[in-house]
Amino acid sequence: MTDFLRLDLPALLAAILAGGTCGLLGSFLVLRRQSLLGDALSHAILPGIVVGFALTGLRSAGPMLLGALGAALLATLAIGWVKRLARLETGAATGLVFTGFFAVGLVLLEVTGARSADLDVDCVLFGQLETLVWLEATSLSSLFDPVALAGLPRQLGLLAAVAVVAGLVVALCWRPLQLIAFDPAFAASLGMRVGRWELGLNLLIAAAAVAAFESVGSILVVAMLVCPAVALRLLTDRYRVQVLGGAALGAALGALGVLLAGPLPAVMGLALSLNAAGLIGTLAGFVVALCLIFRARRRLEAV
Amino acid sequence: MTAPFSVEGLNASYAGRPALTDVTWAASPGLTAILGPNGAGKSTLLKAALGLIPSDSGRALFFGGSLDQARSRVAYLPQRASVDWDFPASALDVVAMARLPRMRWWGSVPRAERDVAHEALDSVGLGEFADRQIGGLSGGQQQRVFLARALAQQADLFLMDEPLAAVDAVTEQTILAVLHGLVREGKTVLMVHHDLSLITAHFDHVLILAGHVVAAGQVAEAFTDASIAAAFGGLPGRA
Amino acid sequence: MPPSRRPLAGFQGAHERMGMIGHNTLIVLLGCAALGAASGVVGAFALLRGRALLADAIGHAALPGVVAASLIVAAFGGPARSLGPLLLGAALSAWLGLLALRALTASGRIRQDAAIGVVLSAFYALGTVGLSIAQAMPNAAQAGLSHFILGQAATLTEGDAMLAGGLALTCIGVVAVLFQPLRALCFDEAFARSQGLPVRWLDLVLLALLLAVCVAGLPAVGLLLVVALLIVPAAAARLVTQGLPAMLALAGALGAAAGAAGALVSTRFENIPTGAAVVLAGLVGFGAAVAWSRR
Repeated sequence: MTDFLRLDLPALLAAILAGGTCGLLGSFLVLRRQSLLGDALSHAILPGIVVGFALTGLRSAGPMLLGALGAALLATLAIGWVKRLARLETGAATGLVFTGFFAVGLVLLEVTGARSADLDVDCVLFGQLETLVWLEATSLSSLFDPVALAGLPRQLGLLAAVAVVAGLVVALCWRPLQLIAFDPAFAASLGMRVGRWELGLNLLIAAAAVAAFESVGSILVVAMLVCPAVALRLLTDRYRVQVLGGAALGAALGALGVLLAGPLPAVMGLALSLNAAGLIGTLAGFVVALCLIFRARRRLEAV
Repeated sequence: MTAPFSVEGLNASYAGRPALTDVTWAASPGLTAILGPNGAGKSTLLKAALGLIPSDSGRALFFGGSLDQARSRVAYLPQRASVDWDFPASALDVVAMARLPRMRWWGSVPRAERDVAHEALDSVGLGEFADRQIGGLSGGQQQRVFLARALAQQADLFLMDEPLAAVDAVTEQTILAVLHGLVREGKTVLMVHHDLSLITAHFDHVLILAGHVVAAGQVAEAFTDASIAAAFGGLPGRA
Repeated sequence: MPPSRRPLAGFQGAHERMGMIGHNTLIVLLGCAALGAASGVVGAFALLRGRALLADAIGHAALPGVVAASLIVAAFGGPARSLGPLLLGAALSAWLGLLALRALTASGRIRQDAAIGVVLSAFYALGTVGLSIAQAMPNAAQAGLSHFILGQAATLTEGDAMLAGGLALTCIGVVAVLFQPLRALCFDEAFARSQGLPVRWLDLVLLALLLAVCVAGLPAVGLLLVVALLIVPAAAARLVTQGLPAMLALAGALGAAAGAAGALVSTRFENIPTGAAVVLAGLVGFGAAVAWSRR
């Protein structure tokens, strides 16, 4: 039990929080037909994270979060500029901007020596769920001991904060979000400031991407943003099920990935453990495939 | 009497090209068709007036005042194709969205608002379809859901963008009947219409655009071969 | 052979002694330039057809194939870093990714951008799982495999560069042969169809070219950033040229310059992944094109 608390629980919590938050917000991207933006934001925040990290030299979440939000804003503006100045369509402009930002982030990562602190290329590409440990845990009672709790990995703090904010925003703004996702022109005609709502939502997604990035890496954040939402799209026609189901599925996939990453190879006789973030993403892909098959069979039966 | 809707010196561009040049016009109560060839600026007129796209200059007045002052009296019906009809929502869900300004942002829809939505669906002949997924509706039914949503706003001025485009005959008749009902109640309906049919039979006024105002006024006076030729460049097809 | 007996030995030595680029580096630069040129040219068509982002899906979906190929080759006792089988594995798994993409969009429920997101992230995730397996394998092939993610020109052998470069030049050759039909396809599909052109077949050829160019670019530019090499030179060229032949020529030239410049920077500063250097070099060209178009 102590081993579980010290070595497995932090990763498990991180995966559940990251999966749940991204799964929740991802539905809005998919419903607004802006999944590409999820891909873009996850990549574009990298230079912001590195700058925040390097400038302050702190290992706390605040500067990274601010840097990431700044990068997200800048990237959104840049996409608009590139579309206008280069007369490119949205997809190509977005691809150009986010790969450019990502490349800048990679160079900054090397140049600022941020790799000497615990932020390096491997973290960006593969995540570092396995490195999240809670060595201050001694027994179950540590869960209620403020001193021990203070030793939880800092990534969990940011993840929990973003999860709470995302949950509150979605709950309290349930109807406006639904309307803006469905018909932004009509929403604007009712007097809603659609541009501001979209900006707020995008910043929230960027925040979720930053929080999750340190656990699962940049590319797997995309998996968490898109896959649960797509799976639910294939299964349901009801808005509440889509949004809440996406969150639940994301959290479940996170948990499952972490829980299997160790035991699964052991069962197969391999003396290694699988990359937990990668396993989460793979399982997410499997679930989407299952939903596709399920949906196809349901339609065949209906015919 | 103040016009329910007017524009003064409105200039607007679309994708870098001028779409509307110096449009000045006042609507009269009743049913007005906004006509013109492709790219004439018909949709742009509505969108610019409503502030959905930026205008280069000029202004739009709603019952003599700004849009914000008259917001609750104005209803907008966008083009059907502007929306993803695969969205997870029932017909009632969509119509109820019109009542958002009067509802809390969370929780279940209050009974009073739900009743308004049901009534609106009934008046377009879709009372039985309230719980049907919008993706499962035909094009004409979807257009009627949009109309019901506009009705649920309980407005005095209706701005509609091609509500009769690509709908079946039953839907066309239903929509026209509803619009005539609105006019009888003293409301104003401005409708971008996609072709030249039905004008003399159903409409009171026309506004013919070709990037600028070609003709405006009562159907008998403004909807003539000359004005159509001026706008469309000599194409036939008056009905 | 003792150094003094090799032809041009003195000349080569002089190059290296003066700090200029060595023979191996020269081949690598030329290979990267060829890759860049092919990416620019194929990217131009992809951009015109609105298909540029497929390169993102192709790149990410290639990872599990690269890893699997390496594991299989190693299991048979072959050299785990041999480029041919790795590129073949990449192509196969990218092709599977494209099939998955088709299946998702065929559902009618999922738009292409969401489908691309699912395919690129899920396949990439599978690849990272594979990498964690390869890492534990005795012949430690994994170290070389990670270079496919961000590109590392410095680790390319002459043979690698020639293989990738040759593949790239073949793509350019195909484009040259099929130039007229591809041009018709991009500018007016309906007209092309009415002229009896096999539009579906041409689209498949374009897709195959996209696949080949992305796969060829993996060892140098890496799978994450290869999409940029397909978009950036083409976008820059389109901005400042009129007519397709000029656009293709400029896209190819910009791509080649970006490829070579990026590779050069990356061989000097081994910490900087080649993919990043190439993208940034390409963006410099893009910025220049934007400035030129607004002068």
